Amino acid sequence: MYDPTVARLTYRALLGRRRALILSALPVLLIVISVIVRGLVGTDDQTAADLLGGLAIATMVPIIGVIAGTGAIGPEIDDGSVVYLLSKPVKRPTIIFTKLIVAIAVTMVFSAGPTLIAGFILNGNGQQIAVAYTVAALVASIAYAALFLLLGTVSRHAVVFGLVYALVWEALFGSLVSGARTLSVQQWSLAVAHEVTGGSMVTSDVGLPTATVLLVVVTVLATWYAGQKLRSLTLAGEE
Amino acid sequence: MTTLTIDHVSRWFGNVVAVNDITMTIGPGVTGLLGPNGAGKSTLINMMGGFLAPSTGTVTLDGRQVWRNEAIYQHIGIVPEREAMYDFLTGREFVVANAELHGLGAKAAQKALATVEMEYAQDRKISTYSKGMRQRVKMASALVHNPSLLLLDEPFNGMDPRQRMQLMALLRKMGDEGRTVLFSSHILEEVEQLARHIEVVVAGRHAASGDFRKIRRLMTDRPHRYLVRSSDDRALAAALISDSSTSGIEVDLAEGALRIQAVDFGRFTALLPRVARDHGIRLLTVSPSDESLESVFSYLVAA
Ligand SMILES: Nc1ncnc2c1ncn2[C@@H]1O[C@H](COP(=O)(O)OP(=O)(O)OP(=O)(O)O)[C@@H](O)[C@H]1O
Ligand SMILES: [Mg+2]
Repeated sequence: MYDPTVARLTYRALLGRRRALILSALPVLLIVISVIVRGLVGTDDQTAADLLGGLAIATMVPIIGVIAGTGAIGPEIDDGSVVYLLSKPVKRPTIIFTKLIVAIAVTMVFSAGPTLIAGFILNGNGQQIAVAYTVAALVASIAYAALFLLLGTVSRHAVVFGLVYALVWEALFGSLVSGARTLSVQQWSLAVAHEVTGGSMVTSDVGLPTATVLLVVVTVLATWYAGQKLRSLTLAGEE
Repeated sequence: MTTLTIDHVSRWFGNVVAVNDITMTIGPGVTGLLGPNGAGKSTLINMMGGFLAPSTGTVTLDGRQVWRNEAIYQHIGIVPEREAMYDFLTGREFVVANAELHGLGAKAAQKALATVEMEYAQDRKISTYSKGMRQRVKMASALVHNPSLLLLDEPFNGMDPRQRMQLMALLRKMGDEGRTVLFSSHILEEVEQLARHIEVVVAGRHAASGDFRKIRRLMTDRPHRYLVRSSDDRALAAALISDSSTSGIEVDLAEGALRIQAVDFGRFTALLPRVARDHGIRLLTVSPSDESLESVFSYLVAA
C-alpha cells in the first residue's frame, strides 16, 4: 500500500524551495502575531483561544491542507510527468495512498506544529488550550489532505477550488450560517479536540459521534475515489 | 516475441475524431509511425501505452489488454512526447526512481544511464539539461527494466544530428535484439533511415503500411501537380494538353492560374519551358502545388 519511491518523489516536489516558502508563510505569520499579542495583552486564555480558533484552525490549517493536498499530485498531472508513475507496475491506489500519507505528514508539520508553538507563546498552554487546538489541527490535517488530494486528482483548478472552499466555506460561511457548520472539517476536528481536553474553551457545534463518523467517511471515500480516478486518468495530447 | 495488436481502434474527443478505425499489428523490430502534425500519432501511442481508453476497439499486447492493466508495464517502456519530468531531481536520481518503481535498484539505473551515454551529466539537475539530454534520460528511464516493447513519441525532436545518430543506432540495436520498437515522427527521412516497417497515419486514418521502398513508391509515383501562371494561360493550356506527359489541366479562374497534373515528371519539366518559348508565352510562376508532406499524405489517403 505504501511505496517509498513515490513518497520520496512527492516529498521532494512538495518541499521544493518555492513551495516550502509558501508553506512556511502562514505559520511564521501566526507565530509572529502570537508574540506581538503576548507582548501587548499578556497571557489571556480567551485571547489565546480566539486567535488559535480564528487564525490557526479556521484559516491556516485548511490553506496548508490545500497547498499540500493538491500539491502532492496536481502539478504532476498538469505537466504530464505523472506518466512516469503511471507507466510502472504499481497499483494506482498505492500511489494515492502513499501521496495521502505524505500530504498528511506535511500538513501536520506545517499546521499542528506552529499551532502548538503559538499556543505556548500565547498562554503557556493554560486550560490545555494549546494542546486542544493542536489536536484539532492534527485531526483536520488528515481530512483536508484526503479531500484536497482528491481535488488535485480530478481538477486542473484544484488550488483555486480548494482555497475557495477553505476560505469561503470553512472560514466565512461556517461562522455565519450555523447549518453549514455540520458539514465542516473544522467543526469535526474541534469536536475531537473538545473531547480530548474536556475543557470549555474549545467547543464545537457537532457532537463527537457525528464528527468521528463524518471524518472517517470523508477521508476513506475521498481516498478511494481518488484511486479510482487515477486508474482511469487519461493522458492525451497537448490540447 | 512481443506483438502489439491494435484492433479497430477509434478515439474521439468531443466532435474531433483523432483516430479513426485503425487496425494494425506491430511486431519485433523497429516500426515507424509516420504522419503530419495532428494526424493522431500521439493519441494512438497513448492508447498503445495504456494512458487513454479507445472509444471503440481494443489494444492488446500478446493477447493481454493494455488499458487499466498496471502489470503490463513490466513489458513496456515509454518515452513520452512531453518535456516535463521531475526537473528537481538529478538525472541519476530520476532513473534510479524509475528503476525502483519497477522493483529494481541503482545497478539497473546505472546500466541504463551508460546505455544512453549520460553518465557524464548524471549528477546534474534535470532542469539544467538540454532537450537532447532530457530525451536521453527519458530513454534511460524507459530502458531500465529491459522492456520487450518500447514506445517513443517524437523521440528525435530537438536533438542535434549527432544525438540523433546515437539514438538511431541505439533503437536499431534494440530492434535487432528482437524487441518491438515503435516510434512516431512527421519526417519521412527520419523514418526511412531507421524503420524496418512504416505505418502511415493521416487525419486519424491508417493511410499506408509497408517497408520504406513501398512507401517511397507510393509517394513518388503519384501524379505531380503544378500551379502555373503565365502571360496567356489559355494558349499554354491548349498547347500542353495534347502531350502525353500531362493528364489533366484545369483553368483556375479565381486564382488566375493553371492547375496541371503531370504523370511523367521528367518529360513535363522539359516540355513546359519549350512550349512556352515556342508560343511566345511568358511563364510567371511555376510551383509544385503538392510537394508538402501534407499533400503527399492526402494523396496516399485518397489512393
Ligand atoms: N485531449 C484532446 N482534446 C481534444 N482534441 C484532442 C485531444 N488530444 C488530441 N486531440 C486532437 O486529435 C487530433 C490528433 O492529435 P494528436 O496529438 O494525436 O496528433 P499527432 O499526430 O501526435 O500530432 P503532432 O505531430 O502535432 O504531435 C488533433 O486534431 C488534436 O487536436
Ligand atoms: Mg504528437
